[in-house]
Amino acid sequence: MKYTIKEDPHKNEDVQEIMAISGQNIFSCFQCGRCSSSCPMAEFMDILPNQVFMLLQEGNVEPLMTAKTPWICAACFTCTVRCPVGLDLAAVMEAIREKQLRKNYDYVDPYKVEERDILPPIAMVSNFRKFTP
Amino acid sequence: MKKIMFYPGCTLKGVAKNLEDSTIESARVLGYELMELPNWTCCGAVYGLAQDSVKFTIANVRNLIRAQEYSKEIGDNRLIAVCSMCYNNLKRAHIDVMKNRDKLKTLKLFMDEESEYEGHINVQHYLQFLKEFGFEKIKNYVKKPLKGLKVAPYYGCLLLRPREVAIDDVEDPHILENLLRVLGAEVVDYPLKNECCGSYHTVDKKEIVGERTYKLVSVAHDVGADVIATSCPLCFFNLDRRQEIAKAKHPRFENMPIVYFTQLMAIAFGKNSDDVLHFDRHYISPKEVLAPWL
Repeated sequence: MKYTIKEDPHKNEDVQEIMAISGQNIFSCFQCGRCSSSCPMAEFMDILPNQVFMLLQEGNVEPLMTAKTPWICAACFTCTVRCPVGLDLAAVMEAIREKQLRKNYDYVDPYKVEERDILPPIAMVSNFRKFTP
Repeated sequence: MKKIMFYPGCTLKGVAKNLEDSTIESARVLGYELMELPNWTCCGAVYGLAQDSVKFTIANVRNLIRAQEYSKEIGDNRLIAVCSMCYNNLKRAHIDVMKNRDKLKTLKLFMDEESEYEGHINVQHYLQFLKEFGFEKIKNYVKKPLKGLKVAPYYGCLLLRPREVAIDDVEDPHILENLLRVLGAEVVDYPLKNECCGSYHTVDKKEIVGERTYKLVSVAHDVGADVIATSCPLCFFNLDRRQEIAKAKHPRFENMPIVYFTQLMAIAFGKNSDDVLHFDRHYISPKEVLAPWL
C-alpha cells in the first residue's frame, strides 16, 4: 500500500482529542496485529482494530467516524490485556464513540428497544451507557 | 452465623433471582449471612473509559461510602458481589479513586451528604470470598457430590479484565474449575472460557450475540460438557436465551443448559428446592441434565 501523509498527524486536532479522551498515546502502536487476531468481534467489523490505529497514526480520522468498528467493539478488553505496548484499545474505541456521542448523537434509540420484558437491566443500562450521550 | 456485606445489583432482584437466592443459600450453608448493603444503587453496568468522565464513577463511590459506614456496624470490610458486572464496576471505581485522588475531590462536589471515602473497602467477587474461605473446607459441606456432571467453566470478560481487577490469571484462570472440582463435578477443558459473549449488543445487535452463542455453546458440546457454568447474568442471558437465534440460523446446533455456579453449589449442598434454584428463569431448562442430583 502506497500512501502519502499530508499533514503532521501529531498536530491533527481530532487525533489529539481522541488521545485526550482515551488517555492513550496512539503513536506507540507498532502494528503487530495482536489486537485484531484476538478480537472476538473482528469478523463483524469493517475496519480491524490495528487498522484503526494505522488510520489514527496517519491523521486520517474521517473513515473512523463513519465506521462500524467502534460500535461493534464490546469493550471485552481482550486486546487491552494482550497489547505488547500496554495500549488500552477499548478506551480508544470509546473515545471515537464519545467524539460522536458528545454531539448529542443517539446510536441506539432507547424507545425502540424490543424485548424489554425479558432483557436483564444490566443489558439495557450498559447498552445505553455506551450508545447514547 | 457470621455477617458479611453483600451487593446484589439490579439484575439479581429481577431476572437473575436464581443467582441471588442460590448465592445467599450457599453462603448460609458455609455459616455466612450475606447482609444486603443498605441503600445501594445501580453500579452502572459498564465502567467509563473516557479520562474526563466522572459520571460512571459517582454511583459506585456512593456505594463504597455506604459500605464503609455499614462495615463499621458489621465488623468486616469485605463487600461481596456475585454479578460480574457489579464486581468489575465497584472494583474499578475503588482502584480509580485510589489512584486519582483528584477525581475523588471532583466527585465530592456532587455529593452533599456522604462522608469521605477512606478507601478501606475490600471489594471481592463471591469466588474470591470462597477461595479465601478455603475450597478444601467447602468439601466438608458437600452432601451430594456432582459426580459425573461435566461442566464447562465460563468466566467471560469482567471477572478477568482489565488486568487490575482480575480475580485470577487473565489468560488461564482456574479458580472456578477448582471450586467445581470440590463440588465433585468433572470439569472439561473449555478453551473459550474467557471469550466475550457479545455483552450489551444483545439489545440492538442480537444476531451478533446469536453467533457468539453458537460458537461458545458448540465448542462446549465439542469438549463434552453437559452444562456451562457462569457468574454473570448478562453472559447467562446471552448464552441461554440467544440459543434461539443460534438454532434458527444453524439447524444442526444443539441446545445446552446454562447454570450459575452458585446453583451447582446449592445442589451439591443439598439445597435443591425451587425457591433457591428457580429453574423457571431458564430458557433452556437444566432440569433434565441435573436430574440425578436433584
